[in-house]
Amino acid sequence: MTNLNKPDFRLGRRGFLKAAAAGLATPALANLPGIAHAQETVNLTFWAWTPRTENQVALFMEKYPHIKVTLESIGGEDQNTKLRAALRAGSGFPDIVQAEFQRLPSFRAIDALLDLTPYGANDVKDQFVDWSWESVSDAAGGVYAMPWDSGPMGLLYRADLFEAAGAAEVPPTWAGFAELAKKYAVDNPGKFLTNFGANNGGWMIGVLWQAGNKPFALNGTDMTIRINDEPAKAWAAYWQDLLDAKAVDLTPNWTPEWFTAFDNGTIASWIAAAWSPVQLTNVANQSVGKWRAGQLPQWKDGEFLTSNWGGSTFSVIKPTAHPEEAALFATFMATDGEATRLYNTDQFLFPVRKELLADKDLMGTPSEFYGGQAVNEVFAEAAEHVIPGYQFSPFHDVFTSALQENVGAAVAGNGTLADALDRTQEAMVTYASEQGYTVIT
Amino acid sequence: MTDISARPLRPARRRSSKWAQKLAPYFFLAPFLVLFIVFLVVPLFYALQLSFFRETMVGGIRFVGLDNYGKALTDQKFWDGVLLLLRYGLFQLPVMLGAALLLALILDSGMLWARAFFRLGLFLPYAVPTVIAALIWGYLYGPSFGPMTQIADYFGLPRPDLFNANTMLYAIANISIWEHVGYFMIIYFAALQAIPADFEEAAVVSGARAWQYVIYVKLPLIRGTILVTVIFATIGALQLFAEPYLLEALAPAVITSSYTPNIYAYNLAFVNQDYNYSAAISFVLGAVVAVVSYVFQLVSARREGK
Repeated sequence: MTNLNKPDFRLGRRGFLKAAAAGLATPALANLPGIAHAQETVNLTFWAWTPRTENQVALFMEKYPHIKVTLESIGGEDQNTKLRAALRAGSGFPDIVQAEFQRLPSFRAIDALLDLTPYGANDVKDQFVDWSWESVSDAAGGVYAMPWDSGPMGLLYRADLFEAAGAAEVPPTWAGFAELAKKYAVDNPGKFLTNFGANNGGWMIGVLWQAGNKPFALNGTDMTIRINDEPAKAWAAYWQDLLDAKAVDLTPNWTPEWFTAFDNGTIASWIAAAWSPVQLTNVANQSVGKWRAGQLPQWKDGEFLTSNWGGSTFSVIKPTAHPEEAALFATFMATDGEATRLYNTDQFLFPVRKELLADKDLMGTPSEFYGGQAVNEVFAEAAEHVIPGYQFSPFHDVFTSALQENVGAAVAGNGTLADALDRTQEAMVTYASEQGYTVIT
Repeated sequence: MTDISARPLRPARRRSSKWAQKLAPYFFLAPFLVLFIVFLVVPLFYALQLSFFRETMVGGIRFVGLDNYGKALTDQKFWDGVLLLLRYGLFQLPVMLGAALLLALILDSGMLWARAFFRLGLFLPYAVPTVIAALIWGYLYGPSFGPMTQIADYFGLPRPDLFNANTMLYAIANISIWEHVGYFMIIYFAALQAIPADFEEAAVVSGARAWQYVIYVKLPLIRGTILVTVIFATIGALQLFAEPYLLEALAPAVITSSYTPNIYAYNLAFVNQDYNYSAAISFVLGAVVAVVSYVFQLVSARREGK
């Protein structure tokens, strides 16, 4: 954190002398930007977990034959652990990594990410949806990643079950949704209108974001923590009401049971993200053609606000020996027309580039699973209504873990959801203070 | 062969061969020693060193002496985990070792047909990796589609809830008993087989019944073996990690990030990035294991002395 705003080392005479005096001359020299000469091959290592990313890598190498990119696929969670270990060890780290939006502040906190502004990052700024650019840049003007894919939130629901329950459409407000959920649980014993993912930190953070919760704000070493702010408390009261009425399913998320429950009609809707429609297609087989996508119900009638759950970016690891080439690669991956189109048609990721979101061919493809609906259009619309200004903390994993634990306990009957938010708030205030931040609540 | 037997007859070479003889065991132990030092001793000292520091996001690394240990000694989450494991051990150990001993005695009695088959069959779960075992049982326990639920549904009985705060510990104990009973059975069986057959003849001649022979002859003779297995099993119980770690996905509300001390240490290091405190917790757990084992040995040695 102390190094956060440290300017890049420039080898001016004064700078060199300063570094030498500090005994840092050798590492500084070793870190000289390795600008490749005309025909010299530059080797880059790239860590990513999405399938078939090698196709985009191949496109890049075709265009820039003097840069050889080696793709290593380590897998989401393991990759974060391994990257931290490699950075700590000072060797074995890649030049470029795929990183989720919510991880960026954590990597920034250990000064792992290269500022891409000297490499023309701001030239491509206008290509991206606003909130996504905001998530990769900071107030000081630094840009630390290139947005790649995203997950604006929406609702996937069983049109047949909703209709049978007397709802021709998704209720426009959460209040209406709760009313329907209670009625649904009474009319269909053992079945539920939706699921509450108490073990799904990413999901809870997403739905809290849509409710207007702003848990963290970092300014230098001053950190504002308001996990249990007004909107979050309203959110907790809302779901507590449904829990008390036993009107919501509590199957732990990401288990085979959970997917089965979607498929066999035990759960009639999924508060989901733009990448969910494809995932559901892969796990469901009885309910083909009965699903539809819609916008999330709103907290205030007439508003259109949503949030983002998931998605990822490309970051350049700061100690890379080839910052220029690595930045070029990250930029290419995120902005090249062909490469970014591939991720939607081949990897089924949801774009953050305005051009792709506006592309009728890409977004308008009807899906049989969704009864011929062009589901991407729904999420493309949602992408423009993601609440801006949301900040993740530099200790995202700790926060997620604490949130899951406390909400899990509340759902199991140990206190209320509001208590869970209070406990999480308390735990994070303690943690942040221990970590040396000046905490403002 | 001839060369070796001839050597001692040559006084001139005696000294060097004596040295060689002295060094030979160390030469053969060297591969072990190197691995032991590189993968155990060095990491241990590294962890010990880590435990005296504290690294924060703001301010970096600083020496804090025994602060981490002070925090660990009063850490409710850690001691709750230790208590949970003691409860777990009090159930799991007697059941597992009792069953293993009973099975070994049955196998050893010679009354059993197809002994090799049973011996192998009972040992087989031990060959199943812990991770796979936990996944298998996780499926069997599954509250809405697992076979136990299906059987209950078929007979119109209430579905067994094996994943609540009270039953979870026994569900985990069952997995680890299933896994290890064969292993301990083999150890007991080997010890029982080493008892000379004359003892049984003598007992029969003296008019002892089969059960009397077991209680008064066999069991006292394998006492040492039983003590060793109890210590092994105690250490194993206090290190519980894989089973609850894998079941966490199915019962996230019950299995918390500090369910057992090992899970706590793991989460502190790899979720919280607090390697320093995690190292301290690990050493405190090591001390708990050492104390429990030592107390047990002391108690059993005193009994033996009497």
